[in-house]
Amino acid sequence: MLENLTQSFGRVLDRFRGPGKLSPEEIQAALRDVRRALLEADVHFKVAKEFTNRVAEKLEGEAKLGRGIQGSQQAIHTFHQELSRLMHSKEASLPANPGHPMVLLLAGLQGAGKTTTAAKLALWLRKRKNSKVLLAACDLQRPAAVDQLVTLGKQLDLPVYSETPGPGVTPEGVAQRALEQAKTQRYDAVILDSAGRLHIDDELMGEIQAVSKAASPDATYLVLDSMTGQDAVESAQRFNDTLELYGLILTKMDGDARGGAALSVREISGKPISFLGTGEKPGDLEEFDSDRLAGRILDMGDIVGLVEGAQDALQEEQETKDYSKMMEGKLTMADLLDQFRMLKKMGSMKKVLGMMPGMGKMSGLLDSMDDRQFSRIEAIVLSMTPKERLHPELLDGSRRKRIARGCGQEVSAVNQLLRSFQDMQKQMKSMGKMMKSGRSKKRLLQQFGRPGSMPNFPGAPKGR
Amino acid sequence: MVLASFKRGLTRTRNRISHALRKLGGDTSTQVTLETLEELLYTADVGPLAESLLIEAESKLQSGDIGSPSDIPAWLQNSLREILPDSNPSPIRFAEIGPTVLLVVGVNGSGKTTSVAKLVRWLQEQGRRPLIAAADTFRAAAVEQLCIWSERLGVECVRGSDTSDPAAVAHDACARLLSSDADVLVIDTAGRLHTQKNLMSELEKIARIIKRQIPDAPHETLLVMDATTGQNAIQQARRFGESTPLSGVILSKLDGTAKGGAVLGISRELGVPVKFIGLGEQVDDFEVFNSEEFLEALLEPQSVE
Ligand SMILES: Nc1nc2c(ncn2[C@@H]2O[C@H](COP(=O)(O)OP(=O)(O)OP(=O)(O)O)[C@@H](O)[C@H]2O)c(=O)[nH]1
Ligand SMILES: [Mg+2]
Repeated sequence: MLENLTQSFGRVLDRFRGPGKLSPEEIQAALRDVRRALLEADVHFKVAKEFTNRVAEKLEGEAKLGRGIQGSQQAIHTFHQELSRLMHSKEASLPANPGHPMVLLLAGLQGAGKTTTAAKLALWLRKRKNSKVLLAACDLQRPAAVDQLVTLGKQLDLPVYSETPGPGVTPEGVAQRALEQAKTQRYDAVILDSAGRLHIDDELMGEIQAVSKAASPDATYLVLDSMTGQDAVESAQRFNDTLELYGLILTKMDGDARGGAALSVREISGKPISFLGTGEKPGDLEEFDSDRLAGRILDMGDIVGLVEGAQDALQEEQETKDYSKMMEGKLTMADLLDQFRMLKKMGSMKKVLGMMPGMGKMSGLLDSMDDRQFSRIEAIVLSMTPKERLHPELLDGSRRKRIARGCGQEVSAVNQLLRSFQDMQKQMKSMGKMMKSGRSKKRLLQQFGRPGSMPNFPGAPKGR
Repeated sequence: MVLASFKRGLTRTRNRISHALRKLGGDTSTQVTLETLEELLYTADVGPLAESLLIEAESKLQSGDIGSPSDIPAWLQNSLREILPDSNPSPIRFAEIGPTVLLVVGVNGSGKTTSVAKLVRWLQEQGRRPLIAAADTFRAAAVEQLCIWSERLGVECVRGSDTSDPAAVAHDACARLLSSDADVLVIDTAGRLHTQKNLMSELEKIARIIKRQIPDAPHETLLVMDATTGQNAIQQARRFGESTPLSGVILSKLDGTAKGGAVLGISRELGVPVKFIGLGEQVDDFEVFNSEEFLEALLEPQSVE
């Protein structure tokens, strides 16, 4: 997610790594390239322009202060700062003090994915917050839209309030009656699906305003297709003017769009990205975690290297090399990250693990770790310098603090990762010894598959 | 109404140079001209193509091929016309003998089902006898949605059972096409992201099954593209084209404020033309693509502030 965007910046900035001062011409060229990367990622023209202007100003300011432009590192630092600012947000994805029931309204353009998202969000609330959720079918416009939500409700065993569209049945009426039902039947949350509409269609914008007035939602989300281009800013602003949005839900993130439009909307409207739709399955909804993204941005240049590293790791030769190193107990953080990335890339982790010598012990760990937790670890490792990754023993208190800040996590999470890492290093070493001493691989795997031999990684649920 | 005003807008802009370009006509400062055009092109989602066009304009100005900065807009409009031709003479290539099959594909929510309905209406106006196949067996109530349209349009809709395979529906629809007096089959398919390999091969399979009964079908494979799509558009067109070669684009939702400039990249890079535009949610909100009108609207500065 948004990886494509950060990668394209990474590639641009990478050219400016290395020692020496940057000439004003080089800075100009970098600014041009960054602007191009932003535009190609669908960041709005004005946002891209302001961004590069801000960076240019900052760099000029530094120069005027007599410090001179201290070369590429400084330029990159400035870019990073501005980028993380662009992507950072602290807001929670759900409203802080909702009423009972909590009322959530979904709005957006036609085809953005509101109905699917309504069902996903209901499922998410049921699973994560243990809420009793009622869906309300307020799209009376599109043929069979009510049917769609009712069918989804049946499939997922989620109650849906619906009425047959016809004369006298209005979206606000449906919303009102859904709310009444939710109150009498003690639901915790109501999610109102609405018809897709154009932001310049005054009649339909008036209609959703009426729904909003009737239901006074605790939060109104704009559902935005992640493939949207420059127009996103225009439509989001209009929706925000009419409805006072709480946040954005970005859909179709399983595609390969770079998602720059969402950043522009965030920048211009000040509304955070709250959730991401990451697939067609009802479970494919994630809470957006800007810390994670910001952590990555802070070390963007290395992302490129790591991705390449993971690709290399796919090659047999590289694999064997890594293993021999690991067996000697010389596992580094970088290796760890490569392994994870490779596994993630290859999809079905468990199957792959079965095929790989020495990795069997990790299958249980990976089992209990979803992509989100992986990404937390990834963010921590990415906040380390390349040197620290090769020599984790360098990580003293102040370094750990810096890393925690860099990835937006607690120092305790960093500590926990390092402890687990040391455990693993030990295990690898003893495994290597045993292999040398000729014991059968099968017994080895038995030994390491034993419960309790699993290092605990931050975020991994315990006791599995 | 939105739609009416857009249509008025289209005729109003016909045969006249748009506001921004006119304003530039009197401006001799190259820098200002280029910057204005740059903003216009980028905010219309034209993308990297904008940059190469503007660089070309600048060098043509230096070499004297373009006389003065005020000639740039006209030159630009010509260049864009070359990139994005009208679909001539008919947007649809009908089978020379026997019935015609049109396959409609696209990402989720792009407007496929609505476009199928619009296309059917257009075909009826052309004196054809269309038949619809509801081959979106995936999304909840997708079949019901299309069937409501088919009832409104008074055409037959071939549908499978709830669990059927889309290729099976396409197969049944072809058989129905050959045995009935319908002469064009329009197949609606499920929305899919171009990054989903299994779903893309499902499309290949649909095309293969169609060919078994009607060897030169599908006669057209139309990609429905939402006009709000940004730079991902080209990737969409490329990947869809790899599984079923595309013959054209239906550009939907042009009644909003998005300009749909990404189709320029699709036309230039992949040679896939735009054939129709969608201008609303009703079956009549549909027009054969006209390059001149489209470019006029594209180069019109944002109407709303
Ligand atoms: N304003 C406007 N809305 C449109 C246009 N074409 C389609 N829509 C709307 O966009 C939404 C999605 O359209 P569908 O035809 O269901 O899209 P689809 O591609 O079939 O969607 P899936 O099958 O779910 O992938 C509906 O609300 C349509 O009414 C258009 O040209 N203008
Ligand atoms: Mg459809």
